Amino acid sequence: MKLQNLTAVALATALASGTAMADLVIPDLSYRTGAYAAGGTPFSDGFQDYLNMLNARDGGIGGEEIRIIECETGYNTEKGVECYESTKGEGALMYQPLSTGITYQLIPKATADKIPLHTMGYGRTSAANGEVFNWVFNYPANYWDAAGVIVNYLLGENDGDLNGKKIALVYHNSAYGKEPIRTLEALSEKHGFEFNPIAVDHPGQEQKSQWLQIRRERPDYVMMWGWGVMNQVAIQEAANIGFPMENFIGNWWSGAEHDVTPAGAAANGYKSLNMNRIGDLPVFEDIKKHVHEAGEAAGDGSNLGTVLYTRGMYAAMLAQEAIAKAQDIHGVSDVTPEMVRDGMEALAVTADRMSELGMEGIGPEFSVTCEDHGGSGLGIVQQWNAGDNKWVALTDYLEPNDEITAPLVEEDSAAFAAENNITPGCYKG
Amino acid sequence: MPADFLYGVEVVLNGLMAGVMYALVALGFVLIFKASGIFNFAQGVMALFAALTLVGIMQGQVPFAHLINEIFGTEVHHFGWEVPALLAILLTLVVMIALAWSIQKFLFKHLVGQEPIILFMATIGLAYFLEGLGDLMWGSNIKTLDLGLPQGGSRWIEDATAGLGGDDFYGFFIDKLDLVATLVAIVLVLSLIAFSQYTKHGRAMRAVADDHQAALSVGISLNFIWVLVWSLAGLVALVAGVMWGAKSGVQFSLSLIALKALPVLMLGGFTSIPGAIVGGLIIGVGEKLFEYTIGAPFLGGATENWFAYMLALMFLVFRPQGLFGEKIIERV
Repeated sequence: MKLQNLTAVALATALASGTAMADLVIPDLSYRTGAYAAGGTPFSDGFQDYLNMLNARDGGIGGEEIRIIECETGYNTEKGVECYESTKGEGALMYQPLSTGITYQLIPKATADKIPLHTMGYGRTSAANGEVFNWVFNYPANYWDAAGVIVNYLLGENDGDLNGKKIALVYHNSAYGKEPIRTLEALSEKHGFEFNPIAVDHPGQEQKSQWLQIRRERPDYVMMWGWGVMNQVAIQEAANIGFPMENFIGNWWSGAEHDVTPAGAAANGYKSLNMNRIGDLPVFEDIKKHVHEAGEAAGDGSNLGTVLYTRGMYAAMLAQEAIAKAQDIHGVSDVTPEMVRDGMEALAVTADRMSELGMEGIGPEFSVTCEDHGGSGLGIVQQWNAGDNKWVALTDYLEPNDEITAPLVEEDSAAFAAENNITPGCYKG
Repeated sequence: MPADFLYGVEVVLNGLMAGVMYALVALGFVLIFKASGIFNFAQGVMALFAALTLVGIMQGQVPFAHLINEIFGTEVHHFGWEVPALLAILLTLVVMIALAWSIQKFLFKHLVGQEPIILFMATIGLAYFLEGLGDLMWGSNIKTLDLGLPQGGSRWIEDATAGLGGDDFYGFFIDKLDLVATLVAIVLVLSLIAFSQYTKHGRAMRAVADDHQAALSVGISLNFIWVLVWSLAGLVALVAGVMWGAKSGVQFSLSLIALKALPVLMLGGFTSIPGAIVGGLIIGVGEKLFEYTIGAPFLGGATENWFAYMLALMFLVFRPQGLFGEKIIERV
């Protein structure tokens, strides 16, 4: 961890030991160390830089200063829970656990503590059912949406017919990696393609068996639900066996710059989903001016504009909007976690508002309701151009497959409600 | 010949080469354990540290740049030059030797005579320290290792063997990087054997491995030999880091390759260089064949990690010292 971050943590601890301050406490459960640091660092940089920019430029949100508490999880579930336990007493308004494993552990805890969770594009998919998961939000999209978007994209590539096609899923053998399997099984029945899930054990450094299997079975398309080193190795192995890169599509956690650069030119043409559009955004100028040039960058500033930096910034913007909405609803600037939950449930992200924030088209338009905490579920398909060293968006925001995923969300959340004696319904306070 | 049989042969060939990659990591453990009785938990992190240092030197990165910039308010990241691969490898070796000297001087010199479990715990601490040091020196971003090593399936082998089966057989897939790794491992093992058999320091190293006190009594410096052994383990770590880093980029998950070496050591024995090689090959072939015949078709796949340990345990039941390990006989 960089000295600046250590200093920030030390300062936060020192402040916490004194009189509680009337500020907006937003923990950042980051991972800048360990096997997954390459993905965790840019996300955290974007998340913190944006919130720091709000402090410097606008004096926080609604006149209240934001206090970020960074806690290093190392992408380790136990450490993530420790981070939650050690920071919730600081007045944390919401948590973004940035890990499906940590999310699963925090759902009952945060629900009991009445602190909202925002699990953007990860976590428990059926948490989209807000009547069961009152305190969990997974807008703007979830894994099952991602599976639907990929299949819809492939339908578009094949004149609407996937009948008889062979589609393999290379997935991280964990709760995260297994999330889309049910959806893809249902989609394979609907569209008539042959679906074959292929598991890769953590961390995914060695995948020879899996790619020999793919070479033998010759699927038409390979999807990937990977994270960390699994992504880089899979892309290299796909290139090694000569699998056509344009037929290899990762989800939004398998499509950052560092996933493709180790394979060099061989990664050219690889595709992935993205829940947020990338590119030069006006807000970057404000971040440079108010944060980087002021020497307040969370990292060294080199991640600005990358896929995961932009996603971290997008996550911070969604937190900002939820807090602002909570302030608006309750007529106070010093909001509580319960008020922020109300703000999240009343959130409406419009194209005009994103433009106003200097982030035109960074995400799809969506609104949250008591029943639906999942957002629109839209995603874009992007492709890696190794020559120019950048991702290029191939599509606009594509629809998921609600017809398939809605009943699955209903079924899974109903099972969770039954197991935990929850009577589904909107939160009444 | 039936395609299924030929694909089985392909799995065996790839298992053998995966085994060589595992053995590369296991060799470092064996060198240190044989000479000093220390099970070096930090061997995987040493491979990571060596690879990070190599890429950092090649790219002209300023070590501890973030720290320097924070303290002095500067903005230095690179020296502005790039170092040729061969020179960078030599400079990395110098760093690994300096590291070996430091480990001996500041850590194990003070732990002479301690119980093996204390020494083992010290290497756990060393592993975490080295991981943090690597992060602080070179950063946690993924680095591309460009040594010009060939990558991808050998088209020549694929074309030459495609005719062995019917239309369902596409020829044998052999990764060129695995072939290079095999050659490098052969050269490395032969060099280590030649060093230990035919050089003065090599013979001294063997003497220390056989009996510390006897070696001491004939004037061999234990301190020097242990620095030498840690340096050789650093060399092996560099080779392993380069080969694994070429596949995935140099990143912090490289340290986890040590997990692939443990079943190899359990099977081959902790004190035998040939044991590490043979153990690696058995584990490589065993786990890949199991995945091909049983794991993927019947158990949902991803069986390699646990099967490697199960295979090692099965050997352990019948031969606790491993295939090539020294049998411990204690007399009362």
